[in-house]
Amino acid sequence: MNTTTTADSHEHHDHKPKGIMRWILTTNHKDIGSLYLMFSFLMFIIGGAMAMVIRAELYQPGLQIVEPNFFNQMTTVHGLIMVFGAVMPAFTGLANWLIPMMIGAPDMALPRMNNWSFWILPMAFTILLSSLFMEGGGPNFGWTFYAPLSTTYAPDSTALFVFAIHIMGISSILGAINVVVTIINMRAPGMTYMKMPLFVWTWLITAFLLIAVMPVLAATVTMVLTDKYFGTSFFAAAGGGDPVLFQHIFWFFGHPEVYIMILPSFGIISAIVPTFSRKKLFGYSSMVYATSSIALLSFLVWAHHMFTTGMPVAAELFFMYCTMLISVPTGVKVFNWVATMWRGSLTFETPMLFAIAFIVLFSIGGFSGLMLAITPADFQYHDTYFVVAHFHYVLVTGAIFSIMAAAYYWLPKWTGYMYDERLGKLHFWTSVISVNVLFFPMHFLGLAGMPRRVPDYALQFADFNQLVSIGGFAFGLSQLIFLVVVIKCARGGEKAPAKPWEGAEGLEWDMPSPAPYHSHTTPPRVK
Amino acid sequence: MRKIIMISAAMSTVVLSGSAKSNSESSTINLTQGVTDISQSVYDLHMIILTICAIIGVVVFGAMFYAIVNHRKSKGAQAAQFHESTKVEIIWTVIPFFILIGMAIPATTTLIEMEDDSASDITIKITGSQWKWHYEYFDHDFGFFSLLTTPQDQIHNKSEKGENYLLEVDRPLVIPVNKKVRFLITADDVIHSWWVPAFAVKQDANPGFINGAWTKVNEPGIYRGQCAELCGKDHGFMPIVVKVLSEADYDIWLTDQLKDVEQAKQDEQQALASTLTMAESMTLGEQVYVARCAMCHQVGGEGIAGAFPKLKGSPIALGDIAAHIDVVVNGKPGTAMQAFANQLTAKELAAVITYERNAWGNDTGDVVQVSDVKPEAK
Amino acid sequence: MTEQTSLAQKNKRLIVRLFSIIGVMFCFGFALVPLYDVFCEFTGLNGRNVVRSEAPSTLIDTSRTVRIEFTTSVAPGMPWRFKPVTKAIDVHPGENKVVKFSAFNPTKHKIIGQAIPSVSPGLASLYLNKTECFCFNQQPLNAGENVEMGLVFFISPDLPEHIKTMTLSYTLFNVSDSVSPPEIAALF
Repeated sequence: MNTTTTADSHEHHDHKPKGIMRWILTTNHKDIGSLYLMFSFLMFIIGGAMAMVIRAELYQPGLQIVEPNFFNQMTTVHGLIMVFGAVMPAFTGLANWLIPMMIGAPDMALPRMNNWSFWILPMAFTILLSSLFMEGGGPNFGWTFYAPLSTTYAPDSTALFVFAIHIMGISSILGAINVVVTIINMRAPGMTYMKMPLFVWTWLITAFLLIAVMPVLAATVTMVLTDKYFGTSFFAAAGGGDPVLFQHIFWFFGHPEVYIMILPSFGIISAIVPTFSRKKLFGYSSMVYATSSIALLSFLVWAHHMFTTGMPVAAELFFMYCTMLISVPTGVKVFNWVATMWRGSLTFETPMLFAIAFIVLFSIGGFSGLMLAITPADFQYHDTYFVVAHFHYVLVTGAIFSIMAAAYYWLPKWTGYMYDERLGKLHFWTSVISVNVLFFPMHFLGLAGMPRRVPDYALQFADFNQLVSIGGFAFGLSQLIFLVVVIKCARGGEKAPAKPWEGAEGLEWDMPSPAPYHSHTTPPRVK
Repeated sequence: MRKIIMISAAMSTVVLSGSAKSNSESSTINLTQGVTDISQSVYDLHMIILTICAIIGVVVFGAMFYAIVNHRKSKGAQAAQFHESTKVEIIWTVIPFFILIGMAIPATTTLIEMEDDSASDITIKITGSQWKWHYEYFDHDFGFFSLLTTPQDQIHNKSEKGENYLLEVDRPLVIPVNKKVRFLITADDVIHSWWVPAFAVKQDANPGFINGAWTKVNEPGIYRGQCAELCGKDHGFMPIVVKVLSEADYDIWLTDQLKDVEQAKQDEQQALASTLTMAESMTLGEQVYVARCAMCHQVGGEGIAGAFPKLKGSPIALGDIAAHIDVVVNGKPGTAMQAFANQLTAKELAAVITYERNAWGNDTGDVVQVSDVKPEAK
Repeated sequence: MTEQTSLAQKNKRLIVRLFSIIGVMFCFGFALVPLYDVFCEFTGLNGRNVVRSEAPSTLIDTSRTVRIEFTTSVAPGMPWRFKPVTKAIDVHPGENKVVKFSAFNPTKHKIIGQAIPSVSPGLASLYLNKTECFCFNQQPLNAGENVEMGLVFFISPDLPEHIKTMTLSYTLFNVSDSVSPPEIAALF
């Protein structure tokens, strides 16, 4: 994956260690980016395996494979792994690889902190996963860990859960600081803010969101720890506390968190669609303002997760209106992508296929989100499979598809080889079909009345559950194709030129493929 | 424009409610229209929003697919040069904004309707606990627990599942039709949520606090719902069943219930006077244990390591009787062990404690009498 | 060299600023706890009744009556019997009223209880003024002791018109474990 060909006139000797020590000690943004991406794929497989356990149990009514307490552990850890172990590290990996190349910087601002930010992640997940093997089991209270289920009534492993979250949080915060400092201070001369690729913009905004809310998660999880082990009563009525307070504090973090998990996607799609339309992104400045509005609004909507907790009408109306409002800037972005494609000259290589699927399927997730925003209707949707459908559409066909699109798009730049286009298309078609078989019927299940986080269900839900499970197994298997594509590409194939995509724009396409281990050692001049 | 939306909403209704038969029966793909005015308003709101979203989707995706077909390089399309237009950006910001206002108006009206819980005819206090509901008729000072009755055999696939699998209880909530019923909802341990789709009522049951909700049902019948907030291992096994009776039938039912309460009080007095034998206690005790204790402590008394303590060979079951009685009757604060004082009769309490002290090889030979339990319990 | 140092300096300044945002937000997370209480006092958000009145009311609005219902719950681990003596009364806003709650400790130990109030509808809690309430303090009961505890309250005359019924619920918790032995001795 790495040769030492440089585009610069200076001869550069890399005294990097070989083998495993290289990876442990590396401060190179490309290496660290690769580590994050490989780690996230591993987590995706592990979290996916848990989803397979869930879908296997839900294949038919009745308890066949696991007991309810273990099922709850699966749903909890599946959520935690996918959110904190797959999606967020994948985006961080992309940030590491691409941001310095895109802005003309030689590396991230804080390369050693960058190494730490990555390596504490495997530690955190080892702690979390090992808690599953403890007596009493691992966390079983949902990834949202509401109190007092996560305090008084939680297993002993809760302490490990708390520590793991603290460590993941530190990793994200340090990564975010690195991103902000790099973007603000290390852009090449001429690279003004309004000339930055949208991927850089979306990551800048995401990093600010991370800096603002990850500490609140740290506070939340600390309060859970002290309530459970040190006799505080933040969330217990007996001591003057309130379980609903937990939800407010958690979702104050939780809502911006889901925007953290989608804003980088918007950046990726904004890079890919113009390339394969051979046309500049429509409405660049609108896209920047829309992303910023979404980020700001994301702080004002948290209680839309809490409409059934007994809020006064005025509060419910406020949160309903603010949540509905977010669909305006989000819609603007979708319109801009479509306008980019309109009267372009389109080709449909694998990255574009994933990007188009993103636009349609993420929007479907957006529509169900708008429906959920409507408070009176939410009383029927809340805590049912309708919500599960919504967030899987925005996270799987949204965030995950954008990550795959990004992988296909930039693999030639990372490895120096073209990936196998036929296999890529096979991966795409099997994924897009199976993912819809998996998640679309969940809308029906929720509307028909199936609650979430249940290991068993009434008979009228059986047919759709079976269909969903089949989609799930198919989707899981399809991801093995992706693994094959990536490994095959890393090992060789057709050599990739500096700019394998005709319509691509950006500083990363001006350098050879694979990108030199140290790129932009002298900053480029940006016009 | 409004006409188009209403017609599309009507069409979607026809399409989506294809599998629905009547208001009180549920669809497998769409929200129920339910049996209250509120549930009907919620359904209508749902259909309007869904239709608007569908129309927007068709328009936007339509444009995109048009571009995919007609603006492709392989067809010889040449890329145009335009890449911004303030006018267009304003238009597609303002129009959606107005569509949202159009949605917000019926949403606001329906929400305000839902929140008005004044002038109710009956009040029911609902308490959620792990893993059952308790209903208390406020004006008559009597109440009962409502537990899932689906047999474990059906759940573990040893026998065929019944029609109302996982949605059947021993004692449903009974309310009269056409009367405004107010609910006061709380919980004893963790957060639960009381949800009946046919009424469009869902409110969280928060421990230590009460939430209010109300409904006015238009059609007699049996309506089923489920707990809607993860509350531990049997979250999926604590359904809600509401039986809505005509006013006359409700009055008859209520009178019968109050008579039963009186009878139970008398039985209690008699039990106090009588002596329980080991054989009697073991039989009754085993029944009670399997129905009410085994879900945590397991049928063989072995518990679940790290979660629920074992009773087989345990210091509690083998040690001081008074301490054992105290735990069962009053619960253990700070743990999931509930107080069974109000959940079982004194006789059942005595029997189950005797059972725990003698089953699985515990063999203490102790026989707990009702009077041992009584001063603690009542 | 100067360029690099000034970049390092710029980075350092920015990093310090970013870490201070992090510090502020971490504290903000904890600050949300008292903020929530303040917010609840303002809005009646979750029915937590925090209105403690020093003096009884003097103004009575005889033009309307409000029904106030009382309900009790006993938390697991609390063996007392705890019931309202009066289940519901009709009051004029501004009228001072006394209601009693009975508590009985059927066990053989001293137990200390804490009653936590909650009001439905939540908004009504802003208008429920307690002059004296057993929920203000921890309540000790000896073994076998029976007691009637009082609540003295009035409903503010500025209660919104549309609220005609409200329910005050008390949940009783066993807090004996959280009280130290000298404190227990002092209470009994």
